[in-house]
Amino acid sequence: MGAGPARMRPEGALRAGILPLRLDGVGYAVAGRALLSDLTLTLRPGRRLVILGPNGAGKSLLLRLCHGLIQPTSGRRIWADGSARPASQAMVFQRPVLLRRTVAANIAFPLALRGIGRAARREQVARTLERFGLTALAHRPARLLSGGEQQRLAMARAGAMAPEVLFLDEPCASLDPAATRVIEEMILTLSAEGTTIVASTHDLGQARRLAEDVAFLHRGRLVEAGPAAAFFTGCRSPEARAFLNGDLVW
Amino acid sequence: MESPLVTALALLSGEDPALMQIIGLSLRVTLSAVLIASVIALPLGAALALARFPGRNIVIVFFNALMGLPPVVAGLLVYLALSRSGPLGSLALLFTPTAMIVAQTVLIVPIILSLTRSVVEDLWAEYSEQLTSLGAGRLRAVPTLLWDGRVSLLTGILAGFGRASAEVGAVLIVGGNIAGHTRTMTTAITLETSRGNLGLAVALGIVLLGLTLILNALAWSAGQWARGRLG
Repeated sequence: MGAGPARMRPEGALRAGILPLRLDGVGYAVAGRALLSDLTLTLRPGRRLVILGPNGAGKSLLLRLCHGLIQPTSGRRIWADGSARPASQAMVFQRPVLLRRTVAANIAFPLALRGIGRAARREQVARTLERFGLTALAHRPARLLSGGEQQRLAMARAGAMAPEVLFLDEPCASLDPAATRVIEEMILTLSAEGTTIVASTHDLGQARRLAEDVAFLHRGRLVEAGPAAAFFTGCRSPEARAFLNGDLVW
Repeated sequence: MESPLVTALALLSGEDPALMQIIGLSLRVTLSAVLIASVIALPLGAALALARFPGRNIVIVFFNALMGLPPVVAGLLVYLALSRSGPLGSLALLFTPTAMIVAQTVLIVPIILSLTRSVVEDLWAEYSEQLTSLGAGRLRAVPTLLWDGRVSLLTGILAGFGRASAEVGAVLIVGGNIAGHTRTMTTAITLETSRGNLGLAVALGIVLLGLTLILNALAWSAGQWARGRLG
């Protein structure tokens, strides 16, 4: 990346997008027990989709299934570019696993996996640290950061990969409100740059702040999906209404 | 007759050249064996931790059992391979330091391999989803897991060093305990004790213990430092 203007996603212009991702009647069963059943959903490019639902509804499984960490036991998962698992995607976990190295080395790691050369990598790492306000922590061991800093690093590491779609599994579930706000700002920044966001949460406030679209899961089934505004003002299913009212849905 | 301890201290303070030669050879043989065994066993152990193939459990049990391989048996196997009529007889390595390095390598590869497998397997349980997500397949994960497990792996390498520096059977069989050529601290202690030359035996014993102590202290400090530094 020596000459020419530094672009956020150098490959994006050259390649047809991987989105939309279509889930067609997808199910996931373990030992005959259906944990996700008959899900049909389309992830459209450029949107922020929030997957809502109580604990155990299958939100994490759905994200892992989209991301390709687990395979559907029924139905089909179809990426727009036709590949089985496109590279231009990233995921941030509720408890991120950081490598036992410095903050900068953690960001460099997936870039090295993508075959980005040493010089370009260094430049990209420096820019990522700068963008997400991590420059001061660059040489600190990642495992010794606070919980909020660790999650910021996980976000930065995902962002550095310039993914077309970023999956987030309860990214703020173990964070305090200040750290949560920082993470949400990072999500909105990446979204504004064109990254498609798919985030799960059971926090309604966060869903209202982030969602353009909502998919509501209940007991492994997709109960409702649609634009966020419509969902929050007039959802149709009794399960979703109970969830929004703060009743304990099970 | 002077007490063996007094004789030992006199020998050590005098930097007796024969003594120094024995200590030097012991270190050279054992450190070479540890280095070669690590190069072989670290990647293989990590690969065994991540690979799934039929018969994997048998391989794991096999290497676990080999951790208890008696040194004399390891020595015998290498002796048979290197002896004039053996498959590698033409190399004329028997009764050389190289043969001793080979024998100790055979002895400690199973130790380092099995401990590496166990460490990497635990680490993979924690890392697998994240590494897959970042784009590292199983093969590419091997160096990453070895590096992230480096503090724990040091313990396995140390166990290998301990085994190699303490054993006498293997180096005795393939080295022959030839003075000035293949005599190590352990073979010399055996010989000098049987000859009643206890001063030299005790001196060598002190050096052997001291080296082991120093090396373990260094490794332990490195581990503590790394834990504090890397989390």
